[in-house]
Amino acid sequence: MEPPLLCYGNGRSYGDACLIDDGCLIRTRGLDRFIAFDADSGRLRCEGGVLLSEILDLVVGSGWFLPVTPGTRFVTVGGAIANDVHGKNHHVEGTFGHQVHALELLRGDGTRHLCSAERNPALFAATIGGLGLTGVILWAEIGLKRIANPYVRVETTRFENLAGFFDIAADSDRTHEYTVAWIDCAASGKRLGRGLHMAGNHAAPGCAERPTAPARTLRVPADPPVSLIGNASLRAFNALYYRKQLRRRTTAVSHYEPFFYPLDGIGEWNRIYGPRGFLQYQSVVPMDDGLAVTSEMLRRIAASGQGSFLSVLKLFGDQPSAGMLSFPRPGVTLALDFPNRDTRTFKLFDELDRIVAEAGGTLYPAKDARMPAALFRSGYPRLDEFQRHVDPAFASSLWRRVTGDAA
Amino acid sequence: MTERVLIVGATSAIAEHLARCYAADGARLALAARSAERCADIAADLRTRGAPEALCLPFDAADRNGYEVLVDAALSGLGGLDVAVIAHGSLPDQAACEASVAATLDALDLNAMSVIGLLVPLANAMAAAGRGSIAVISSVAGDRGRQSNYVYGAAKGCLNVFLEGLAHRLHPAGVRVLTVKPGLVDTPMTAAFDKGPLWARPERVARDIHRAIARGATELYTPWFWRWIMLVIRAVPRPIFFRTKL
Repeated sequence: MEPPLLCYGNGRSYGDACLIDDGCLIRTRGLDRFIAFDADSGRLRCEGGVLLSEILDLVVGSGWFLPVTPGTRFVTVGGAIANDVHGKNHHVEGTFGHQVHALELLRGDGTRHLCSAERNPALFAATIGGLGLTGVILWAEIGLKRIANPYVRVETTRFENLAGFFDIAADSDRTHEYTVAWIDCAASGKRLGRGLHMAGNHAAPGCAERPTAPARTLRVPADPPVSLIGNASLRAFNALYYRKQLRRRTTAVSHYEPFFYPLDGIGEWNRIYGPRGFLQYQSVVPMDDGLAVTSEMLRRIAASGQGSFLSVLKLFGDQPSAGMLSFPRPGVTLALDFPNRDTRTFKLFDELDRIVAEAGGTLYPAKDARMPAALFRSGYPRLDEFQRHVDPAFASSLWRRVTGDAA
Repeated sequence: MTERVLIVGATSAIAEHLARCYAADGARLALAARSAERCADIAADLRTRGAPEALCLPFDAADRNGYEVLVDAALSGLGGLDVAVIAHGSLPDQAACEASVAATLDALDLNAMSVIGLLVPLANAMAAAGRGSIAVISSVAGDRGRQSNYVYGAAKGCLNVFLEGLAHRLHPAGVRVLTVKPGLVDTPMTAAFDKGPLWARPERVARDIHRAIARGATELYTPWFWRWIMLVIRAVPRPIFFRTKL
């Protein structure tokens, strides 16, 4: 294999974090074996190419769950570590990296390194969130958590504007493990930032309701000729979705699959954006001015007429980062998908960058396709420390872009 | 009743995924392969997935004296056999075979002779027990000799006739023999080929095999559409077929 090299797990990164021009991608799905699982302690050791979905298939039946899971279960353990993914319960459990007890790294020179908080701690902290640049994660040992059943009790609350979100979020983060809000990004004026807040907890033992997992996966069979998300369809959908429940607050018991993985049930959902595809913008800004900054961002987005119905807002907790380049930090995170309208979309992103940078925030590399080097540098203060651990044989298109490497 | 399953060539892709199906059933497994290290990794994975037991047995297809030894080891290790799957083999380079007697005969030895040699004691053991299933991974390549891969096709064709006869012989003894004919499968064996829509994942093929063994089938085309493709391929008259590069 000729350098530069980069691991490719299941390719769910939205941009070029898992791609390398003129390089060699190592497909890690061949490393898809379990090594050991202790059903008493919940310790699981598996190869880096195992999917989170495969872990859930193995362990949920015996009462275990992933303590941290991103919005799709079709990512590899290696990918989850390399992006230090987070979930709806960041304020309780932190990131995926916090759940890793140890991992083995294969470097470009053929050497293997066992990494943990005690052994090679710097390499460990560099590899978590390290975007695959420190080498190949051969296997990892993670701690799972106990659940009584596969169900989640969900409380959904409608809020009329962004201030309403902040009111609900602060309280519900104290009482609920899983919290996230959907935002109507087309709403403006008094309705700016209106949406639905979802707060969930694992259902108690002996829960009477037993909802089933969705039986079949739909699949978008082909690219439509144009994006199905347009201005009119967006406003219409959002208006309907905002009112999907009659009462302001409802409670229901859901199977874990649609609660944690709403899009996993629609195969190749990215195709709805048509042949030009889409870009996601996910930022985090500090809490101090959280409401004002987020309002400003939403105002710009609503004014641009761009956006999609996938807009998510959440408060991060204040766990110290597990990795040198971890994205989650105390503050407000906003994630939105935008159909790719070329210059119009990129210009909007530049405007949003300015707001985010001024507030002292940053963007999430796993979702990024165009973040400028300056914003990356300002958002990741441990960049120089991290750079010492980058394996000379490894590189990625994203890394070259955000560090301004020409070749 | 916990099934006792032997898988020969356990480190190959289809075999490994088939073993996972059996592990999920809670079967006790014996895995035969050349590489002890790779076999051990697979055994650990299978035990995690639910196999109460996963033994590794050494196996070298080139050693004719080893076939009876392997069958005995599996029988004593598991205390009997309910299912035996033979999955080892290798796709030879057709052009290299055309240029070399040794390459051609080695390919036939590995893909046909070693499988047949193993079937001799295996068939006898199962017939004596009066029950069981044997499944052998052949290929659609054995359905018609074609200029692009007839050395491999000849080996598989030879296997197919042997298995046909074996199935006939063992039927009254209550033993089922399944000839598995996969089409194009995306595995390390076919890594050099460009993949298209006809290509299947080994997991899917493994699931098809798992189901076919359970229902006592004697011939399986996997995926299903290869039965119809090969029907057409076999039916094309020679003068026309000779004009193709198939």
